[in-house]
Amino acid sequence: MQFAKYIGRKVLWYLAALIVALLLNFILPRLVPGNPVDAIVSNMSRGGGATGEQMKAVYNNYMQQFGLDKPMWEQFLIYLSNLAHGNLGTSFAQYPASVNKLVGQALPWSIAIQLPAILVGWIVGNLLGAVAAFRGGWFDRGAFVGSLFASSMPYYCLAILLLYIVGVKLGVLPISGAYSFGLSPEPTLAFFGDAITYWWLPFWSLVIVFVGGQAVGMRSMSIYELGADYVNYGRGLGLRDNRIVRYIFRNAMLPQVTGLALSIGGIVGGALITELVFSYPGIGTTLFNAISQNDYPVIQAITLIITVAVLAANFLVEIAYGLIDPRIRAAQTGDR
Amino acid sequence: MKAINFTPRFWVAASLILFVLVVGVLGPFIVRTDPNAVIGGLYDAPSMNKLAMWLGTDNEGQSVLANLVNGIRTSLLVGLLAGIIAMVIGLIIGLVAGFQGGVVSDILMGITNIVLAIPSIVVVILLSVALNGRNAVILGFVIGITSWPWTARAVQAQSTSIRVREHIDVARLSGARWISILLWDILPYLLSYVAMAFVLQVSGAILTESALSMLGLGPSGETSLGTMLYWALAWGSVRTGAWWAFLPPTIMLTLVAFSLLLLQSSLDEVFNPRLRRGKLRKRPRGAATPVPAVASPQTLGSSPLIEAPGRAGRTAGASSSTVRDGGVA
Repeated sequence: MQFAKYIGRKVLWYLAALIVALLLNFILPRLVPGNPVDAIVSNMSRGGGATGEQMKAVYNNYMQQFGLDKPMWEQFLIYLSNLAHGNLGTSFAQYPASVNKLVGQALPWSIAIQLPAILVGWIVGNLLGAVAAFRGGWFDRGAFVGSLFASSMPYYCLAILLLYIVGVKLGVLPISGAYSFGLSPEPTLAFFGDAITYWWLPFWSLVIVFVGGQAVGMRSMSIYELGADYVNYGRGLGLRDNRIVRYIFRNAMLPQVTGLALSIGGIVGGALITELVFSYPGIGTTLFNAISQNDYPVIQAITLIITVAVLAANFLVEIAYGLIDPRIRAAQTGDR
Repeated sequence: MKAINFTPRFWVAASLILFVLVVGVLGPFIVRTDPNAVIGGLYDAPSMNKLAMWLGTDNEGQSVLANLVNGIRTSLLVGLLAGIIAMVIGLIIGLVAGFQGGVVSDILMGITNIVLAIPSIVVVILLSVALNGRNAVILGFVIGITSWPWTARAVQAQSTSIRVREHIDVARLSGARWISILLWDILPYLLSYVAMAFVLQVSGAILTESALSMLGLGPSGETSLGTMLYWALAWGSVRTGAWWAFLPPTIMLTLVAFSLLLLQSSLDEVFNPRLRRGKLRKRPRGAATPVPAVASPQTLGSSPLIEAPGRAGRTAGASSSTVRDGGVA
C-alpha cells in the first residue's frame, strides 16, 4: 500500500521531467531563426543535381512530416505521435535515411566501448577505494591523489594523450575508426579480432577515469563508515578486522551501486568526445556530424535518447531504493 | 592555536591555480601577438627565436602560445561567469525553499528535481544549437543556468535543518526581518559548502565549455581551450605528430580541472575536521544517524553523463558527506 503510493509519486515526478524534456527537445531547435526546411532545401538546390520537381517533393515531405505549416501545439502533438510510433524522423543531411537507422548503427559502438569500461572501472575502483580507506597511511595518500588526478582529468584529455603516446608515438594500436578499411561489421572471429585492436584505446581512456572516480567516492564513503557507531561498538565487542571491514564495505556500497546504475544510464552520452578523438563511429561522432550539418532531427533524436536513458536509470534506482530502504519510503510519503 | 589548518594539499592546489590565473590574466599582456594573426605556415615546429613561436603555429599558421593565453582567459571567463550564475540561482532557490517550507518549498524543489533529472548536457546542447551568435559570455550564461540544481538542493537540505535551531527563533523574536535572517543567520552556516560548490561549478563549467566546443558548439570568433582542441583534432595534429598544437590546451585543461578539484577536497578537509585522518577512532560522534541518501540518486543523475557537470556531480556525491555532517551535527 505504502509502497504503491511511493511508486505512484515517483512515476508522476518522472513523467513531469519527461514532459519538460520533450518540450525542450521540441521547442529549442524550432527557435533557430528561419525555417530549417527552407535552409536545407536551398542548400540541396545550391549543390545542384536535383530538379525543381524533386526539390518540391522533398520540401513537401519535410513540411508534412514536421507539420511546419500548422500551429505549434499541433506540431507538438505530431512530434509526440511520431515518437510514440518509434519514429525519430528523417535526417536532413542524409536524406532520405531515417534517423532510426543512423542512431541504430551508432548505438552499439557506443555501448561496446562503455559498458565494459564502466563495469571494470567500477569493480577495480571500489576495491581500491575501500582498501585505501582502511589501510590509511602512504598507500591511502598515494591512491587518493592518484585517483583524484585520474578522475579530475577530463576524459577526453586522457584520450588525446593515450592516442598520441600509444597510437602515434609507439604505433602499437590503430588510431582511428572502429575496424579496418574494407571490412564490414559481421559476427565472425576475423572481424572481432580486427575490431578489438581499435577498441583498446577508447576503452582504456575511459576505464582509467572511471577507476579514479569510483575510488575517490568509495574512499570517502568508507572513511565516513569507519567512524560510525556500529564500528566502534564492533571494536568494543572485539570483532576481528575482517568482519568489520565486511560491514563497512556493505554499508558503503549502497551509494556506489547507485552510481553504477546511473553510469549505465548515462551510457549513451557518456563518452561523446572520446568517440570524436578516436573517430569511433558511435553516438558522439554522429552527434558531431549532425551539429556541423545542422541536422536537427538527428540532434533531437540523440538528445532525446540520452535523456530517456538517464531518466530511466534514475527512476529504476529510486524504485530500488524504495524497496531496499524503508526509511526512504517513509520519508517520501510523509509518514515521518 | 591556529584557527584554520591549511594542509599542504591546499597550498599545492592554490599555487597551481595561481599559476593558471597568472597565465590567463597576465599572459595576453606579455605575449602581445594577435591570436588571429598569421605568423607562419601549417604546424610550424616551435622555435625559441621569437616569443610567439615558442609553441609553434597551429593549422592556420597562428601562434599557439598567443592562442593558448587568450584561450585560458576565455575559458576562465566562461567558468567564473557560469559558476557565479549557478551559485546565485542555486543559493536563492535553496535558501528560500529551505527557510520558507510549505508550498513555496514544494514548488521550488519540484522545479529543481525536474531540472536535476534532465541531463544538463542535453539542455546545454539544445540551447547552444538554438542560439546562433554564440560568444563566451552567452556560453557562460547557458552553462550557468543549467548547472544550478544540485547546489539548490544541497542548500535547501542544509537550510531546512538550520531553520529549526534556536538562534533562528531568537532572531525571529527580536523582530529581525525575513531577508536579514536568511542573510545573517542562515547563510553563514552554509558558506563552507558554498565555497566548495563554487569551486566545483567553475571547474565543471570550464570542462563543459570545452566539451561543447569540441562538439562544434563553441564560441564563434573567439579562442578557448576547447576551440583549440577542436581545430587541433579537425586538422589531424595528433595523427601528424604536431604535439605543440594539442598538448598545451590538453595539459592546461587537465591542470585547471585537477587543481580546482584538489582545492575543493583540501577545503573539505579544512572545513570538515572529520575527514582529517588519524583521529578517526577517538572522535566523539554527534547525533548523526547516517542520513539515507534520498538525494543522491538524482544528485548523481547528471553525473555520469558527461565530462564536466559529470565530474562536478560525482564529487558532489563524494562531498555530500560534508553536507550531511553540516546538516545533521
